[in-house]
Amino acid sequence: MAFDKMELRDIEVWDGNFAAAQALRQCQIDVVAAYPITPSTPIVEGYAKFLADGYVEGEFVMVESEHAAMSGCIGAAAAGGRVATATSSQGFALMVETLYQASGMRLPIVLNVVNRALAAPLNVNGDHSDMYLGRDSGWIQLDAYNPQEAYDLNFIAFKVAEDHDVRLPCMVHQDGFMTSHTAQGVKTLTDDQGYGFVGEFQPMNDMLDLDHPVTHGVQTEEDWHFEHKARQHRDLMLNVTPKIQAAFDAFEKLSGRKYNMVEKYEMEDADVAVVCMGTSVETAREVALEMRKEGIKAGVVGIRVYRPFPFMEIADALKNVKAIGALDRSSPNGAAGMLFNELAGALFNTDTKALLSGYVYGLGGRDLTKAHLRDLYKELQSNVDAGKVTTQLQQFIGVRGPKLAFL
Amino acid sequence: MANKGWDEFEIGAMLRSFEGPIKDIATTHQEDRAYSGNNSFTASVADWRIEKPVFNKDYCIDCQFCWIYCPDISIISRDKKMIGVDMDHCKGCGICVEVCPTNPKSLLMYSEQTDEEQALAAWPAKDTSKADSKGEE
Repeated sequence: MAFDKMELRDIEVWDGNFAAAQALRQCQIDVVAAYPITPSTPIVEGYAKFLADGYVEGEFVMVESEHAAMSGCIGAAAAGGRVATATSSQGFALMVETLYQASGMRLPIVLNVVNRALAAPLNVNGDHSDMYLGRDSGWIQLDAYNPQEAYDLNFIAFKVAEDHDVRLPCMVHQDGFMTSHTAQGVKTLTDDQGYGFVGEFQPMNDMLDLDHPVTHGVQTEEDWHFEHKARQHRDLMLNVTPKIQAAFDAFEKLSGRKYNMVEKYEMEDADVAVVCMGTSVETAREVALEMRKEGIKAGVVGIRVYRPFPFMEIADALKNVKAIGALDRSSPNGAAGMLFNELAGALFNTDTKALLSGYVYGLGGRDLTKAHLRDLYKELQSNVDAGKVTTQLQQFIGVRGPKLAFL
Repeated sequence: MANKGWDEFEIGAMLRSFEGPIKDIATTHQEDRAYSGNNSFTASVADWRIEKPVFNKDYCIDCQFCWIYCPDISIISRDKKMIGVDMDHCKGCGICVEVCPTNPKSLLMYSEQTDEEQALAAWPAKDTSKADSKGEE
């Protein structure tokens, strides 16, 4: 192929966006159809620059909206290309209609979602509203907590999505600005290592196979639609997790970096645990160590694979704790938080006697400070000591004004 | 086909046009193509039709206008000779009749129930008034 390789240092100083762009270059994406939106724009800009500079052999398609961006990706993927794009927030919301097309058509597109709040009020900063919006769309969703993971998880995303037993699109999430614009040391793969890990794209029922004409995106009504959706759900429930585990194992062998469905930290003997996603996981880990010095056996469970939800793995991770705080960085708008609900579902039929309480935090980029987490761990410990949840089940952290608590 | 379970079809809301690989499909007549059961060619939409075109070969000059204009590829033509209408796929839109240039027309629309023999026996005669006024003949 006619492109140049790039010499990388073992450790480069990259933010999450540039790390993702480098991964797209190393995976040699055939088509990126993209529309810019803060804070994800530098990912597709980065790909476009690599393409213009001769480091990738592919096509960059400039389109008029995120709806068109994902539509272009769907067409290119159905044609038989390795395809990726990136978006955030309102752009993600506009993409939603086509997200369901991509997954239902079983097209292994990789979408980098740089998590950002949803208007109104308009806000460019990080929370998990857009990530939560995608959770029933039939995609695989992986969550990165820092630039290194944003880089690594892109390789894993292609490896899993393109597997012929999977053939489902995959989102790689990172927190807007906190990850996407914060430069950190990122351990790199060489171009050959990176491309070798994902391998040559293996097409399946591609439209450019002119000897086997196919119609993609057909219509089915009550006679067939249910079977297609059932098959897709079945494959998400049964096929995807083993393939993700295999990709994690292969990636560890390649890079020495180990990933898990749920990331347990100090959980062996933990009494109290915080379950969260994104950059908050790293903050909580620091605070957990500090709490342990004060005699509170604190642990952290980070969700790495958000969809398919690691139902069994999370129940196992939490089976011995006495109190759990579920941290949702998206307004549930009239319900308990998503993590609260998923954890309750995962734990309800187990032998656990853990006390579960939910917290809504960090909307629109509001910081989750170490002080917040210290208070939270202490509250969980007081729940343990009292033998019951001493607060209401849903509380807001870090919002100004009189305390907000419900349920 | 309709009774298949969730595990009995190919993934991806995807249907194959043909059974097995195809070669030179453009030069293969429809009746010789291995259309799959999912291909619309294997489905009849004749019951969509309220009016049908009747073809009278006595006046046809094989100009192929109807073949070109038919939106459903329902005009059967072989070696540039008009043969008739594919009544499994014709939806009765009447475009073939509209574009037919002969006088009288070689295709005319009749109600679906009309007997074809009767229609042909009562075919209209040449319209001389139009031709004279335009001075075409």
